[in-house]
Amino acid sequence: MSSEFTKLFELIISASLINNFVFTRFLGLCIFFGVSKKMETAVGMSITFTAVMMVSAAISWVVFTQLLVPLQITFLEIIVFIGIIAGLVQLSDTIMRKVSPGLYYKLGIYLALISTNCIILAVPLINAGEKYTFIQSLAFGLGSGLGFALALIIMASIREKLELADVPAPFRGLPMAFVVTGLIALAFTGFSGLITL
Amino acid sequence: MSSHNNTNLKELFLNGIVKENTIFKLALSLCPSIAVTNNLKNGVFMGFAVLFVQVMVNLTISLMRNFIQPKVRLPIFMLVISGWVTVTQLMMAAFVPDVYGKVGLYIALIVAFASILARAEMFASKNSVVPSIVDGLGMGVGFLFALTVISFFRELVGKGSLWGNVIVDTKPLLIMILPAGGFFAVGILMALFNWINTRYAAKGAHASH
Repeated sequence: MSSEFTKLFELIISASLINNFVFTRFLGLCIFFGVSKKMETAVGMSITFTAVMMVSAAISWVVFTQLLVPLQITFLEIIVFIGIIAGLVQLSDTIMRKVSPGLYYKLGIYLALISTNCIILAVPLINAGEKYTFIQSLAFGLGSGLGFALALIIMASIREKLELADVPAPFRGLPMAFVVTGLIALAFTGFSGLITL
Repeated sequence: MSSHNNTNLKELFLNGIVKENTIFKLALSLCPSIAVTNNLKNGVFMGFAVLFVQVMVNLTISLMRNFIQPKVRLPIFMLVISGWVTVTQLMMAAFVPDVYGKVGLYIALIVAFASILARAEMFASKNSVVPSIVDGLGMGVGFLFALTVISFFRELVGKGSLWGNVIVDTKPLLIMILPAGGFFAVGILMALFNWINTRYAAKGAHASH
């Protein structure tokens, strides 16, 4: 039992730090560069993101193992997963509009973009590819969400400072954000080999 | 009339390559631009996959545009896109298994490309078949061009080789093929494009004076 717990813990750490989606798998970059300009939006986005990610990982796991595998239509995984995610995003969009209109006003456009976001789709795809169990899938979703949140928050705090920096004209804006991300990614390579699964 | 049409199509084609280049100008669909570009071969195949999907999606949507209920158009667009992505995925797994082994996940993630959905929504659902195909070709070639440039640069500097063939036989700058190098490469290339643009714009303004 305890070894299973260690394994789950390792999975979360590995998904969030070692194989961080942004810095080593390069997924979700559009949103990463889009919402990392301000701390407040970054935090709101990370919370929504992690929640949607875990729920979609759970539902996709059930659909994949109970429906697609028995019917031998696993090649339809992309279509099915994207459908699940689109539905979920629509749902969380509606809930957020009711519960927290202020946050909705700020994140509205990015929330709509979540459904076309690669990380959210990548989590069920990787879960299916690695044949994770239900609990492992959840842990992987949580770890990936935390990793993305960490990346967003680091980047947002750097970019708030970067506003004041004297950057050469052609590098202003996105190019500089890319170079900074490269430097963070370089730091994150230090985590590789921390845990070998 | 026909010559007028031709120039329009040409402009449409160039629009996707230069003015609205997905990666360098709009900064959309960045994930694969870094993930698969550590060697030229993967970059080029990824580019062609996107080109194919973009053209086929534009074609299909444009053919269906009169039958789609506006209220459910987004789910239908997503269905069309994921259908074509599945086709691409299965074809690549069959014909270029070595490339597919490395970029497989990113091929599946073409579904989530904002740029493809955006073209379907903004262009193909409002225009007839031929302009839609040309628009798709322009966007796709622009993407292919960006991926080729990035992967060319990264493989040459990072490994001293191109398409697996050794070009420069010295100790390469290993960082460029590491994950971090991808960000540096895209950042530097974007800055270069900005610089060329401002120079070009300044020259144009100067000449008109």
